[in-house]
Amino acid sequence: MTAATAEAEAARPPVVEERTATKVLRWLGKAPIHILLVFLGLLWLVPTIGLFLTSLFAPEDVNNIGWWKIFTKPSLATFQNYQDIYHNESIRSAIVTTIIISICGTALPILVASLAGYAFAWLEFPGRDWIFLGVIALLVVPLQMALIPIFSLYSKVGIFDTKLSLILFHTAFGLPFAIFLLRNFFIGIPKELLEAARIDGASELRIFVRLILPLGLPAIASLAIFQFLWTWNDLIVALSLARDTQPITVAIFSQLRQFGANLELIAPAAFVSLAIPLAVFFAFQRYFVQGLLAGSVK
Amino acid sequence: MSGASATAEPPVREAPPSAEPGKWRQYAIAAAFLAPAAFFLGVWIIYPMIKTIIRSFYGRDGSDFVGIDNYRTLFSSDTLVRAIENNAIWVIVVPAAVTALGLLYAVLTERIRWAVAFKTVVFMPMAVSAFAAGVTWRIMYQQEPDRGAINAGIGAVKGVFSPTGVLSEAAPSSDALEQQPSGALTLAQPLQAGDVALLGLTRIRSEEVPEIAQQAVEPESKPGEITGVVWRDFKPGGGTPGKVEQEELGLPGVTVELRDSNGEAVETAKTADDGSFTFRDVSQGDYTVGIGASTFAQPFGGVSWLGSKLITPSIIISYIWIWAGFAMVVIAAGLAAISRETLEAARTDGATEWQVFWRVTVPQLWPVLTVVFITLLINVLKVFDIVLAVAPQSVQDDANVIALAMWRTSFGGVSDFGLGSAIAVFLFLLVLPILAIQIRRFRREQGA
Repeated sequence: MTAATAEAEAARPPVVEERTATKVLRWLGKAPIHILLVFLGLLWLVPTIGLFLTSLFAPEDVNNIGWWKIFTKPSLATFQNYQDIYHNESIRSAIVTTIIISICGTALPILVASLAGYAFAWLEFPGRDWIFLGVIALLVVPLQMALIPIFSLYSKVGIFDTKLSLILFHTAFGLPFAIFLLRNFFIGIPKELLEAARIDGASELRIFVRLILPLGLPAIASLAIFQFLWTWNDLIVALSLARDTQPITVAIFSQLRQFGANLELIAPAAFVSLAIPLAVFFAFQRYFVQGLLAGSVK
Repeated sequence: MSGASATAEPPVREAPPSAEPGKWRQYAIAAAFLAPAAFFLGVWIIYPMIKTIIRSFYGRDGSDFVGIDNYRTLFSSDTLVRAIENNAIWVIVVPAAVTALGLLYAVLTERIRWAVAFKTVVFMPMAVSAFAAGVTWRIMYQQEPDRGAINAGIGAVKGVFSPTGVLSEAAPSSDALEQQPSGALTLAQPLQAGDVALLGLTRIRSEEVPEIAQQAVEPESKPGEITGVVWRDFKPGGGTPGKVEQEELGLPGVTVELRDSNGEAVETAKTADDGSFTFRDVSQGDYTVGIGASTFAQPFGGVSWLGSKLITPSIIISYIWIWAGFAMVVIAAGLAAISRETLEAARTDGATEWQVFWRVTVPQLWPVLTVVFITLLINVLKVFDIVLAVAPQSVQDDANVIALAMWRTSFGGVSDFGLGSAIAVFLFLLVLPILAIQIRRFRREQGA
């Protein structure tokens, strides 16, 4: 057989033959890797698909049939559950609460952090680098260290169980990372631009609004995505510092005690709570990865 | 880079602040820019931090000073010790596993054309809340193989090698049949060619008798053969045990084994719709006839992933599922930055790919691997949401981790703020060494 192939090879122009041969060989050599990666990729997809398909079962089927059998003979899939949770008052208000907390909990820390980031990057004051070091040190403080005193403080001030109280907490704990990221980005802005503006007599506030913010947009974008996801996905803060102000994670959590009896509610609610971060991730994937690398690899 | 800006400044900068009124204005502006951040960091992080440390030395309601009693409880209460042990398992397993997996994925996808698609899929769980991911896995982990996908998968694989028997439960109807340790039911009396074997069973659930089952018939004796019947030796009103009677159904599909005097299986047969079976061409000698254990093989009931024994490994698997993408993306970025020349040089020197990987690639990746490892270390110490999502209420003591214990003690019903504060401080002390590493890294970057 090899002899026959060799003869066939000799008959054709050798250069082309070699190229295709090596191509085929290389492809064959890589085939196991491709197969392995396809398998692993599916493994990573299955849980999310499973959650989605589970959410499509009618209440009477969800506990009796595995989600992988949903498309048997007559398809059992229905969007009824989504309609139901849309009309479910507590889930709907939970989603609205989550949206409000996430948007305000993203905008506020970014504003505060960019002011501070500018000061750390371009303003002169004594002990600047030491203070900045202190801010970075706060990065590792677990939020568990704050829950109990803040709980008491909120009760005393009278803002316990409000959206505002959650937003303020998220703002504070988002700040160390935000200041770190923005300061490092702002410091890369060319010095000449700032000095030209200062010589022209622009105030620091004007420089900040007109120069720093627009130039810092890429960093602000990746930061916004992180902060948004962080507040959207929060469970522990809302669970500890609020009772009736329930974001979606807490709403699902309160249903979890009867897991199995109410899967037709839990599954679609969990999928909704997961769909929005996924949409954000897919829309801004580039910024997401950039922010990730800026935050960790330095 | 800050060094460059410093040299460009006039040396006046080093003078004491009072020397120049313009400086004060500058400081005031800086203070104004920093004020909002200082307010938030002061009120929500620094003040509570100090307060929590103090609070940890007071009792449940905060009025009585108890010294280190809370810390003593932390290391003696069963649930809390369990939480610390579990967290230790997390710390030992997860950062190493995730870093290794991330490295593997980064290397595998390095020269694959559709790597982006793969990376997106693996990275996706990072965007999702640990809580929602936990709920997702809880659905995957359900025990009934009809519902939990993981057990369904295991059951499918298992079913190929050991199929489920036709009867889940049955007992001999008379002393003629004996229960063997293997689960098989054999006739006590040895048989020879020409004999008839009557294998009567009772205590069979009626829904397990197949619809094709027909009236059992006592077979006739035939020379050179062993014939017999397996039937449900029970009818409404009783009947005589050991006798085939009207209204008693044969049991189809049962595996009957014929064993010689040494106990070796000679032949097996499946019963017909009326429960009858025949072993042909039986040679001289004593034989035992019995119903094989496989007839009673239990269906796969599912691994109890959410039970007290496996709960921590189960949660860890779902956590690795979330974080592998992070490790992969960061390591892939590091991999792309490795200088190609060093790799080529090693190859020209005759190093194998394996050697190149371990001696050239990995050492250059070391800083990146460390970053991934430390990031995971911090996050694993603080793990909370996913445990609460995956572990059912009943096994939360078995799945407990430090952050969860802190929450349960302070807010989840117990409301012991003293002990809760002590747990928080303990958690803080665990992360503190990592802070030192982080600061050192930052200062090295600054060129200080």
